[in-house]
Amino acid sequence: MKLHEYQAKDVLSKYGVVTQPGIVAETPDEAVAAAEKLQAETGTNVWVIKAQIHAGGRGKGGGVKLAKSLDEVREKADAILGMQLKTHQTGPEGQLVRKVLVAGDVYEDGAKEYYIGVTLDRATSMNVIMASTEGGVEIEEVAAHTPEKILKVWVDPTIGLRAYQVTDLVNRLGLTGDVAKEARRFVSALYKTYEASDASLAEINPLLVTPSGKVLAVDGKISLDDNAAFRQADLMALRDVHEESPFEVEASSYGLNYVKLDGNVGCMVNGAGLAMGTMDIIKLAGGEPANFLDVGGAANPQTVEAGFRIILKDPNVKAILVNIFGGIVRCDRVAAGIIEAAKNVNIPVPLIVRLQGTNAEEAMEMLKASGVKMETAILLKEAAEKVSEALA
Amino acid sequence: MSILVGRDTRLVVQGFTGKEGTFHSEQMIEYGTNVVGGVTPGKGGSSHLGRPVFNSVRDAVEKEGANTSVIFVPPPFAADAIIEAAEAGIGVIVCITEGIPVRDMLPAYHYVQNKGARLVGPNCPGVLTPGQAKVGIMPGMIFSEGPVGVVSRSGTLTYEAVDQLTRRGLGQTTAVGIGGDPVIGTRFVDALQLFEADGATEAVVMIGEIGGTAEEEAAEFIRTMSKPVFSFIAGATAPPGRRMGHAGAIIAGGKGTAEEKFAALEAAGATVVRNPADIGETVARHLGQAV
Repeated sequence: MKLHEYQAKDVLSKYGVVTQPGIVAETPDEAVAAAEKLQAETGTNVWVIKAQIHAGGRGKGGGVKLAKSLDEVREKADAILGMQLKTHQTGPEGQLVRKVLVAGDVYEDGAKEYYIGVTLDRATSMNVIMASTEGGVEIEEVAAHTPEKILKVWVDPTIGLRAYQVTDLVNRLGLTGDVAKEARRFVSALYKTYEASDASLAEINPLLVTPSGKVLAVDGKISLDDNAAFRQADLMALRDVHEESPFEVEASSYGLNYVKLDGNVGCMVNGAGLAMGTMDIIKLAGGEPANFLDVGGAANPQTVEAGFRIILKDPNVKAILVNIFGGIVRCDRVAAGIIEAAKNVNIPVPLIVRLQGTNAEEAMEMLKASGVKMETAILLKEAAEKVSEALA
Repeated sequence: MSILVGRDTRLVVQGFTGKEGTFHSEQMIEYGTNVVGGVTPGKGGSSHLGRPVFNSVRDAVEKEGANTSVIFVPPPFAADAIIEAAEAGIGVIVCITEGIPVRDMLPAYHYVQNKGARLVGPNCPGVLTPGQAKVGIMPGMIFSEGPVGVVSRSGTLTYEAVDQLTRRGLGQTTAVGIGGDPVIGTRFVDALQLFEADGATEAVVMIGEIGGTAEEEAAEFIRTMSKPVFSFIAGATAPPGRRMGHAGAIIAGGKGTAEEKFAALEAAGATVVRNPADIGETVARHLGQAV
């Protein structure tokens, strides 16, 4: 789960990370009030109005604007709020902006932008802190073109982050004196935020270091480990369902794992790996997958019915492939579920059902005897051929 | 011959008396696995499914000589169960539990490594050596004895591959489900090393998926292998930045695509299978069997 910038900054502040002062606003009036409050508290006369959506690349898409007067704050907030912001991460339809963060300007002459982030390094099964003097630009670009400019510190989980590692990292970034002390505090607090909040990513880009000795987070990005939801109720309450596809939100309420895609063949599968494999088969059969959908181990009438309903909400779907490998769950039970669900849902497109595993033959007989219009298959190859025929 | 589990396996089930633990223990016993007992703290001294229940893994090791454990403990307690098993001297720990936080898995992973034990999973279907031992939740009836090792990040896709092999008369030495999480105890390269050293294994089917670089690491080892490796990678059609069910199945920062993995494996000399319906057929053709 992702947090908005303003939420991430709240969490970071709680653990002692110094962040750019800012107040979230949902209307132009609130934005002006926020700007006035920041002016009173910090003396700032320049503000940054930032769209709060989960996607990156907001600045390039026109979702981040500088305001040099309160009138400009109103004007820019009015322009950004309600816009359909398109970035390289939102897809062509963009994302509706419902909130802006009004932040006080913190830049000084001679200030320098750095990058710092914490994430899991899967290759070593350790958390890694990455830092770079090349801040304010996309870190993937830095990694691709000048990987030597990304400094890394791996944290052994059995002993945790050590003070010498932080000291060494700050030294290698070229920071000295009082500002180094601030930076060390910043790095330690960032790592603490990452660990305590069960984050999978905590990233500050840019991290600003000013000639007056300030070290602060101008932006903040936090993604959380969904598996830790059971002990992070406060953070999970920050979930913004507006940022998720309504189909996906509905699917998750049924315990279905659904991801909407752009193709024309819907699919419903048990198991994530087989679900991806089924998407790939659809493509090889001449179609394009309309979704990823893992119904999990149960595949009972209720979940299958919910699956059909969600798939059919997508007007691009021209055919549906159900692919269930019944191992522990018997195919005849799955077939009974499919028949019941198909009778309850009007399926106006060709339906191909592939059941394989325990009692697959009996399941085929049941499907054929049910009177529900569908093509059936036992082998994956046959199912793919029937998808091709349905699209022809 | 086989890897990880076999006739010598003396299995203890952690989370024995729970719903999942009970159901799958019955299936494992029915398959012929030597289940020597189970652990449910507080229920020690009682009996379940005709097997003794212990309060701790240590008791099961001391009293029944358990050398392998399988874990059905709920996510908040599962990492602890892994550490307990390693501390008690269990050699092979198979964790089925899905949904363990990464923060819990990191110390557990390193603790097991430092103890010299082997962890398979978490979030995996387990390990099955046909005719000898089923440790986990794989459906036993689709397997047959034979020369092909199978290693996979996915559950049902493993069954798909095994089923295709069995239908073509190609049995398996052992099938290992390594799991779909970002932090797992046994990686592809570990399983490949075991299969390479196993006298009965003549070929290996490796089923990967998008996300991470485990398949690329495996490719480096495949270069040095004497046995043929056949590989399918799921998720060629998956979009970047979206998690495809498994916590580890995500293309992040443009890295971890199926294409990169296919390319690395092909360059290393593995036979790449691009259609998951063709796994059995491709192996059969290369091993000189009638198609």
